[in-house]
Amino acid sequence: MKIAVASGKGGTGKTTLSCAMAFAVQEEVTLLDCDVEEPNSHFFIRPEIESREQVCRPVPAVDSAVCTGCGECARVCRFNAVVSVGKKTLVFNELCHSCGACIRICPTGALKEIEEPIGQIETGRRDHVRFVSGRLDVGQAMSPPLIRKTLEHASPDGLTIVDCPPGTSCPYVTAVKACDAAILVTEPTPFGLHDLKLAVETIRDLGVPFGVAVNRVTDEAHPIRTYCEAEGIPLLVEVPEDRRAAEAYSRGESINSVMPGLNETLRAVPEKLKAML
Amino acid sequence: MKELVIISGKGGTGKTSITASFAALAVHPVLADCDVDAADLHLILQPEIQTSENFVSGHLAEIRSGDCMQCGLCMAVCRFDAIKDFNVDVMACEGCGACVEFCPEQAIDFPEQECGVWHRSKTRHGSMVHARMHPGAENSGKLVSLLRSEIRKIAEKEKATVVLVDGSPGIGCPVIASITGADAVLVVTEPTLSGEHDLERVLQLITHFRIPAMICVNKWDINPKMTSRIEALAKSMKAVPVGRIPYDAAVTDAQVNARALVESSDGAAARAVREIWETIQKQLFAEECCHVTS
Ligand code: SF4
Ligand code: SF4
Ligand code: SF4
Ligand code: SF4
Repeated sequence: MKIAVASGKGGTGKTTLSCAMAFAVQEEVTLLDCDVEEPNSHFFIRPEIESREQVCRPVPAVDSAVCTGCGECARVCRFNAVVSVGKKTLVFNELCHSCGACIRICPTGALKEIEEPIGQIETGRRDHVRFVSGRLDVGQAMSPPLIRKTLEHASPDGLTIVDCPPGTSCPYVTAVKACDAAILVTEPTPFGLHDLKLAVETIRDLGVPFGVAVNRVTDEAHPIRTYCEAEGIPLLVEVPEDRRAAEAYSRGESINSVMPGLNETLRAVPEKLKAML
Repeated sequence: MKELVIISGKGGTGKTSITASFAALAVHPVLADCDVDAADLHLILQPEIQTSENFVSGHLAEIRSGDCMQCGLCMAVCRFDAIKDFNVDVMACEGCGACVEFCPEQAIDFPEQECGVWHRSKTRHGSMVHARMHPGAENSGKLVSLLRSEIRKIAEKEKATVVLVDGSPGIGCPVIASITGADAVLVVTEPTLSGEHDLERVLQLITHFRIPAMICVNKWDINPKMTSRIEALAKSMKAVPVGRIPYDAAVTDAQVNARALVESSDGAAARAVREIWETIQKQLFAEECCHVTS
């Protein structure tokens, strides 16, 4: 089963929870860090890295000796990533979505696909946790292709936890859509509630079953509980506010070490989600 | 008029609370919430919406089943696996138009996609523009550029002194759109290992665009050693540390009450934010001071 750990915005404790859950479960588990713009889970897992692979995506390159300057490629590209002026044809990689339309249309075969590096995937292990993390190169704007590649490393039949990109736009959708169930992480504040509502709206559109985890709870009667009860959304985990957790986080330690009581709750989460499928 | 963009390597570092406080402290500011994926500034500033417009960008494929001969070519052409059983999955479609171009029956429509709504508003601290992306929508970078150009127009008309932009997190396309052409960027960070790492990446990006950068460390006292390390890293990357904000429960209280921190508290964190704003003003308007004195 693939479990997406997601949140409407960053900083709610998505990475903290993904790592703590990976450590808490007793079976073999794969942790995929798909927050490729800011991958942080390696700070907490501290895996031994076994391999690194470069990830590329196809972008067109022009053979100017063959190009007749017909301009078909520029006409077909919806992202203005190819310009054809006179007999000169130029490609702007950062605008290209790798759709391949220009290559298909070029009547002379002047366009070939070349592989452009966009990031890396690291694979490693710590105890029962198999660790895979994607990292986008600085200056690259297209994260979904790297997210899709990282997702290919999910365990085929075992448990996989996916640390997803924040927000509700395309990187988030790319990661969550690939999962069987999701945990939306939030905080018991008006900000948290606002962002949770947006995340819920998106995930309902995607049709992925989900529950909620609340981080930094100070008061049992919080607005997230009221909302979840009204909406019939299961509240899977509540993590109490604790300065020790913030300190552990700052040192790159998983919160299991300072909140051992949490292990049992976290261990039960995959079971609870399985029951919802 | 100066434009200051407030960003963070990652969300949740207190960026929005700090932006709201600056709005309360500044003399005649205008504001733009460019964190369009998770816009929160309106929760504190409670804007009164004056005008709303749809934001349209890109296209989506739509197969007219009556005209489709089920030849399957579109499925072969689509690189994004967006077509299944002769239907387009709107969440997967990138709007590349390849299927539209190659369908032998011309059975695919390609309507423009509505990606969100944006607003011009009034708040208790000045005019504001803000937006809401539809779930799963693309092109937030374009929306950010639109908001920034609109707020500049408003600033000119109102003769505002400063444009405050609540920027996007991350290093991807929306944050690039948030910072290009700004007078200065303030990066809000936290004294954690990941905060350090995120700061390094975001400063690389800012340096790339040659924009003056400042940093401040929020919750600095949860890890004083890391705070010093982060400030040293910032300096080595030519970013000026402008202050430290202590861990303070008043920050959450302010949020809960929909107030900016400096409006609702006079505690340690609020005082720190005031001092930071003084320092930033000096940095921002330094050139102009020189002109006056010389
Ligand atoms: S592959 Fe697609 S997006 Fe890239 S240049 Fe060609 S037509 Fe444009
Ligand atoms: S379609 Fe091919 S031949 Fe025509 S301008 Fe583009 S690259 Fe050149
Ligand atoms: S290419 Fe056109 S005709 Fe062929 S299956 Fe697709 S929509 Fe139908
Ligand atoms: S527009 Fe592009 S992404 Fe969308 S369905 Fe057609 S080929 Fe696929």
